[in-house]
Amino acid sequence: MRDVAIVGVGMTRFGELWETSLRDLFVQAASDALHSARADHLEAVFIGNMSAGQFVGQEHLGPLLVDHLGMVGVAAGRVESACASGGLALRTAFVEVASGMSDLVMAAGVEKMTDTADVTEVLATASDQELEAYHGITFPGLYAMIARAHMEKHGTTEEDLSWVSVKNHRHGALNPKAQFPAEVTLEAVMRSSMVADPLRLLHCSPVSDGAAAVLLCPLDQAKQYTDRPVRIRASGLATGTMALADRKDIAVLDAVQRSAQRAFTMAGLTPADMHLAEVHDCFAIAEICCVEALGLVAPGTGKSAARTGETALGGRIPVNTSGGLKAKGHPVGATGIAQAIELVEQLRGEAGARQVRGARIGLAQNMGGSGASSVVHIFEGS
Amino acid sequence: MPSPRYWREVPSRFRLEAVRCRRCGKPSFPARTICPACRGTEFEQIGLTREGTVITSTVLHVAPDEFAMETPYAVAIVETPEGARLMAQLVDCEPSEVKPGLPVALEFRLIRQEGHGGILCYGHKAVPAGA
Ligand SMILES: [Zn+2]
Repeated sequence: MRDVAIVGVGMTRFGELWETSLRDLFVQAASDALHSARADHLEAVFIGNMSAGQFVGQEHLGPLLVDHLGMVGVAAGRVESACASGGLALRTAFVEVASGMSDLVMAAGVEKMTDTADVTEVLATASDQELEAYHGITFPGLYAMIARAHMEKHGTTEEDLSWVSVKNHRHGALNPKAQFPAEVTLEAVMRSSMVADPLRLLHCSPVSDGAAAVLLCPLDQAKQYTDRPVRIRASGLATGTMALADRKDIAVLDAVQRSAQRAFTMAGLTPADMHLAEVHDCFAIAEICCVEALGLVAPGTGKSAARTGETALGGRIPVNTSGGLKAKGHPVGATGIAQAIELVEQLRGEAGARQVRGARIGLAQNMGGSGASSVVHIFEGS
Repeated sequence: MPSPRYWREVPSRFRLEAVRCRRCGKPSFPARTICPACRGTEFEQIGLTREGTVITSTVLHVAPDEFAMETPYAVAIVETPEGARLMAQLVDCEPSEVKPGLPVALEFRLIRQEGHGGILCYGHKAVPAGA
């Protein structure tokens, strides 16, 4: 396999972008990525998208989106793994370049969620329709069950959950692309309306529109496009049981563990080598479970990591410096690519007020459903 | 959900039909053709006992449209004596009183209405044992 680098990035602001369509979101992000690398051609485009068919009634995104990018003819297609679609698109592009199949490839992600009234029902299609959604469960409900299992096992509290939101909003307040670039108080989080006990509104990532794109090429060609390539050291993809009821331990995201082990093995690195991480905090409990499953903190200690500042900017291992899904926004298919962009900016030293000093190696973890799919990438700056 | 799709699920939804792997003994609910634990393909047909205990749960305050009139309602993962786990609404009690370890009975109930025609869709809901 060839070494692979990210040489260009582009993303829209995340938020309720009423004036922008799905295709225009993609074109903005993709054009910015091309411009940032001074690139005028592509060999392939992989588009992460969870559910344009349900959100806006549009399938067949590959030809549609490259057409609007003015690149009819380029190899293109959509890849899907629910909320991990962006991460899967990145992995697909990584393999395309690493294998020698193509030299300049775009991994993009896009989701247009605010054109639809029944977002909750669409998102619930990432759970098991026959065994879970049938009985009236929602995504917040599934993660609420994980939260209660974690509380039962580790003594995690509602306040612990709330500190994750407070921390990620502090980070997001420093991110101009964030949907909610504002801090929230612990009291505001704990007083927000109950969605699925114990998860309150401010423990949940929002409904968002947005797109993100990165350009990949072989590391030895990277200087054609940028002075500061960021190498993709590893990619780990894994699955777990689709139905939450079938997990051996409901408080453990085992697909996340597996995807992390694969990535660390491929990179020849350990969690202790990471200087920062973007993890999939679709709900506050998800960040707590993910930092444990990734090995960034010891098992059972994820609950206190945000409160003590261990995972805050300036802490031992800053997590979700972008604001995470909570504050930055979560246009589901775009999230995995946006995470990679935060890593690129951090490892290039371009993250401004969010900069983790001396950051050279970091990971991004993106997951689908109630944790049934997970993808981890490890990045290294030059 | 079109009706054939509902009809196909009747054995598990109405009768809690399940299978037990002849090679490793793992129960699968609903029935599968390949054991998720050992990939065995020989099964014994079993029916789940209509009782169990709560493993974990939540109380939904924001629900999909078709369940919106029922909020707040509890949903739990229940383990039956056979070791099978299933998701079910937990009713006939204060939702806030549902805790891990709560013994429950599984009762045949109306779950939802399907589509604009309003076809009635049944299944099992959990109620506190002895309630
Ligand atoms: Zn078996």
